[in-house]
Amino acid sequence: MVKDGDDGLMEERQISDTRLQVERSITDETIGQITRVEELFYELKIADSMTRDPKVVTPEVPMRAVLELFRQTRISGAPVVDQSVLVGIISIEDLIRALVQGDLDVPLKHYMTSKVITVQAQSPVIEALKTFAQTRVGRLPVLDENGQLVGIITKGDITRGVLKALQREIQLEELKRYRASHLFEDIVSDRTSLVLRYYIKPRDFAHGGQASHHIKRALLRLGASPQVARRCGIAAYEAEMNLIIHTTNGGVIRVGIEPTDILIETFDDGPGIPDIQLAMTPGYSTAPEEVREMGFGAGMGLKNIERCADSMQLESTPGKGTHLTVRIYLHPPKESLQEHK
Amino acid sequence: MTLQEIVAQLNLTCLTKPRDFSAVEIRNGYASDLLSCVMAGARHHGVWVTLQSHSNIVAVAALLELSAVIITENSRPEQETIDKADEEGVNLFLTDKPTFWVVGKLWEMGVRDS
Repeated sequence: MVKDGDDGLMEERQISDTRLQVERSITDETIGQITRVEELFYELKIADSMTRDPKVVTPEVPMRAVLELFRQTRISGAPVVDQSVLVGIISIEDLIRALVQGDLDVPLKHYMTSKVITVQAQSPVIEALKTFAQTRVGRLPVLDENGQLVGIITKGDITRGVLKALQREIQLEELKRYRASHLFEDIVSDRTSLVLRYYIKPRDFAHGGQASHHIKRALLRLGASPQVARRCGIAAYEAEMNLIIHTTNGGVIRVGIEPTDILIETFDDGPGIPDIQLAMTPGYSTAPEEVREMGFGAGMGLKNIERCADSMQLESTPGKGTHLTVRIYLHPPKESLQEHK
Repeated sequence: MTLQEIVAQLNLTCLTKPRDFSAVEIRNGYASDLLSCVMAGARHHGVWVTLQSHSNIVAVAALLELSAVIITENSRPEQETIDKADEEGVNLFLTDKPTFWVVGKLWEMGVRDS
């Protein structure tokens, strides 16, 4: 709806208040939400948030009728259309000018703005926001690809559109999370666990990090704390890259999720590590030169895993293969990994 | 310090979908071309300066939830990498300046937490 100007002003103030809060205390969640709002400005179409079929007037209508229309419908502006062509826009400011002149019986075409700034229905709402910022107008008529008037949009419409879209997404994500986090609760057994398996190909650098990313996301969905999910993500990433860089035939990452802890294991069939102590030494790496050029093989991988793990075990037989076991407890988080020093 | 100010002052080219960077606050940064060091040292919501441009930087940045990756010396990543970054919500920037210069500038601007 094209409501009065106050409405828009108030919403503007609310938006800047949110910004202030963000600057004061930034949490993972607020950052995520703010970024999502901004993304929505690019994703939402003007057509999705505009008011369709707005009240229109014709150029010959007297200003008195405009006054009546604004009063009855509580709008503050209307597009002026002549034989289905947009020829101007009439706003409450124009009406006030006419009132001051005592000029209510002249046709509105004498008071309307005829240079109308419009936006396209299929453009993202960010385009309307930019136009609002540049022109300081309060409402923009919306045209379709044939130049036909299909709606009108205000800042209030955009705020409402974005809020609605956010609400939809939050509900969807909550539903997903609800289903996931209640997975264990609804199933009665003496011991419940969920196992995720990822098959990693040797030298598949293009997909490097994908499995660990999926693991992290799955844990968040299941309701793990962001810290735990991060530690698992980092440990899984290093393990995944080790399989990609060092193994002969690739390997498997197996993630066992239980109510109290997460067990990340990797299995491969060679070549194996001759000296585990040496492999654990920071800076020691057997990565070939071309892999090092990509920034891998810093000799920090196993150390990183150890740092994120509550317990870690590495068993290897040269010629046979390697088995890595990493355990991370769900609560309480390990003290030694301090991310916010 | 907002990401928008950094982008403007360092004249960075945004490779991924442009967003409103004025709401992204940057307080810390990390510079290295060794991914495991980044995994160990970079803090989330920080900026990472690197010469690496292969697709794995996106995985690292996404896992660490970094706010921005600045790729130096015009080491332009492949389109696939940029697409992947867009998918993961990772912001990639490019500059022709070397890492040393970028870090110096960031330090000057007050991004000093490591």
